[in-house]
Amino acid sequence: MKTPVMLDVEIEARKKPFWATLMKQKVLLLMSVPFVIHTIIFKYVPIWGWTLAFQSYWPGKSFFEQVWVGFDNFRWLFRDPVFYQVLRNTLAMSIIQLVFGMVSSIILALIINEVRWTFFKKSAQTISYLPHFISWVVAANLVRDALSTDGGIVNEILMKLHIIKEPIMFLGIPELFWWIIGATHVWKEVGWGAIIYLAAIAAVDPNLYEAATIDGAGRLRRIWHITLPSIRPIIVILLVMNMGYLLSSGFEQQYLLQNGRVIDYARVFTIYELDYGIKMMRYSFATAVGIFRSVVSLVLVFGTNYLAKRMGQERLI
Amino acid sequence: MTKEDIILDIVVYISLIFLVIVTLYPFLNTLAVSFNDAMDSGKGGIYLLPRKFTLYNYKSLLGRTQTYHATLVSVLRTVLSTLFCTFSTAMVAYALSRKEFVLRKLFSFIYVLTMYIDGGLIPTYFLMRSLGLTNNFWVYVLPGLVTAFNLIVIRTYIHGLPESLVESARVDGAGDFTIFTRIILPLCKPVLATIALFVAVANWNAWFDTFLYNSSNSKLSTLQYELMKILATANSMTGSLEQAMAQAATGATNTITPRSVRATMTVIVTVPIAVVYPFLQRYFVHGLTLGGIKE
Repeated sequence: MKTPVMLDVEIEARKKPFWATLMKQKVLLLMSVPFVIHTIIFKYVPIWGWTLAFQSYWPGKSFFEQVWVGFDNFRWLFRDPVFYQVLRNTLAMSIIQLVFGMVSSIILALIINEVRWTFFKKSAQTISYLPHFISWVVAANLVRDALSTDGGIVNEILMKLHIIKEPIMFLGIPELFWWIIGATHVWKEVGWGAIIYLAAIAAVDPNLYEAATIDGAGRLRRIWHITLPSIRPIIVILLVMNMGYLLSSGFEQQYLLQNGRVIDYARVFTIYELDYGIKMMRYSFATAVGIFRSVVSLVLVFGTNYLAKRMGQERLI
Repeated sequence: MTKEDIILDIVVYISLIFLVIVTLYPFLNTLAVSFNDAMDSGKGGIYLLPRKFTLYNYKSLLGRTQTYHATLVSVLRTVLSTLFCTFSTAMVAYALSRKEFVLRKLFSFIYVLTMYIDGGLIPTYFLMRSLGLTNNFWVYVLPGLVTAFNLIVIRTYIHGLPESLVESARVDGAGDFTIFTRIILPLCKPVLATIALFVAVANWNAWFDTFLYNSSNSKLSTLQYELMKILATANSMTGSLEQAMAQAATGATNTITPRSVRATMTVIVTVPIAVVYPFLQRYFVHGLTLGGIKE
């Protein structure tokens, strides 16, 4: 406390020993401690499980009977060609999602902002949110149907337009998988992602638009010279913050849309952990994969947070 | 209206109409297939309306005990998670919002740190197993009881309430728990509605926990997981094979195909959300902006 004069109550409060105060706050303790313990069990105890990665874990043996192998699992991991494939897929899909997701949401926000018929504006927005609320299981079903060779709407339209002669099995082409993930991500999240940009656009000073109109700027030039520069800070900050999640490009989407033919392009970290850990029972190895992902993510998140702060912006999460 | 204005308007309206069509078509198409005769759907050409209308797909799917169980579990987990999660998060948020609470900083730190660390799939799986939460309904409710994000959102809201309300109640002799239930909870209704909705949607949509922890007990299956299994079967088959496997996959008569089972199940799973969200979007959008508030 920097103020030189302290109130009597404050001095009293400071004098009181910690435990005495704590006893007085029994109710607050009762209200929070059980849940803090709950969090420690469900969020922190798994960190203790990281020890698995340094063992050659054998189910059924106790902790002290396990064979300790040091960093062997990590050595195998970095020698595994599949690991580099997983890293490539995760980064590629994350970047595609990030870039296309942001660009499409910004464009949508600009478009919605130009609509003056309120009913149409509200309805279009409400409809655009719908895919955000459905599960990936449902979304994957819809995507599969739309892309199917057996009367899928995409193939039908392309054939009617004579762009292709035979239906294409889109979900069976490895090179296309990343782009399908990107496109479905945009389809699901574009409307929801636009909300934050719309809020930013709404905060732009209307005087700027008036002044520009007087100077003879049309709507397009006002979008280009006023709206876009005004929302640039939020765009930059969201871009930087989202880079913290490059290693967590999601997994449900990839897992639910993949099949044997495209797995080399679809396998992301969680699928890798599932295949090695749960299916092949190489628990220690899969734990090492998880540790790699967690630690790199942690560094990325803190790094991007630091960057965002340096840019003079508030933390967003 | 200048020429530029008119062209811009045309572009704006056409692109939004395009967006609406692209968003809605897959849903409407699935809806049409679900109400169409399964064998007839196989011939293709179903777009927005069923050609041979039937309720058979729904009757056969809803008549199965498996669907009945899964619906029950899905509804139960959503209701229980929403109730428990909202109440306990609010309670912890209240305790951590009291400036005089000596453990406030420590507990807040414990929660905030969980936003950055992640134990990973295998250690979490082992934890659930050793806690006896595999093949157990409570794995749907217990692990996500209080999450850091929800906690911060509610705590930020409580900080925004006038402190004098709490003080005057204390002068009147109310204890912390009374203040929480009688004063804070009623005032927090808007933020609690937002959190409750987020939790409810997340729970209704979850399938991975069923897949990971409860897949060997069909009585604990959820609707999303049932749909996921149907999708997985479809993914591993293609074209004519899909038709041929129809009977094997569904175990029903030849008047139902995997395609129609998939469509019908998709509709059953989506309808609750599609019906509810337009009325609640105000809260959802509210929640999104709340998340933007820094702690």
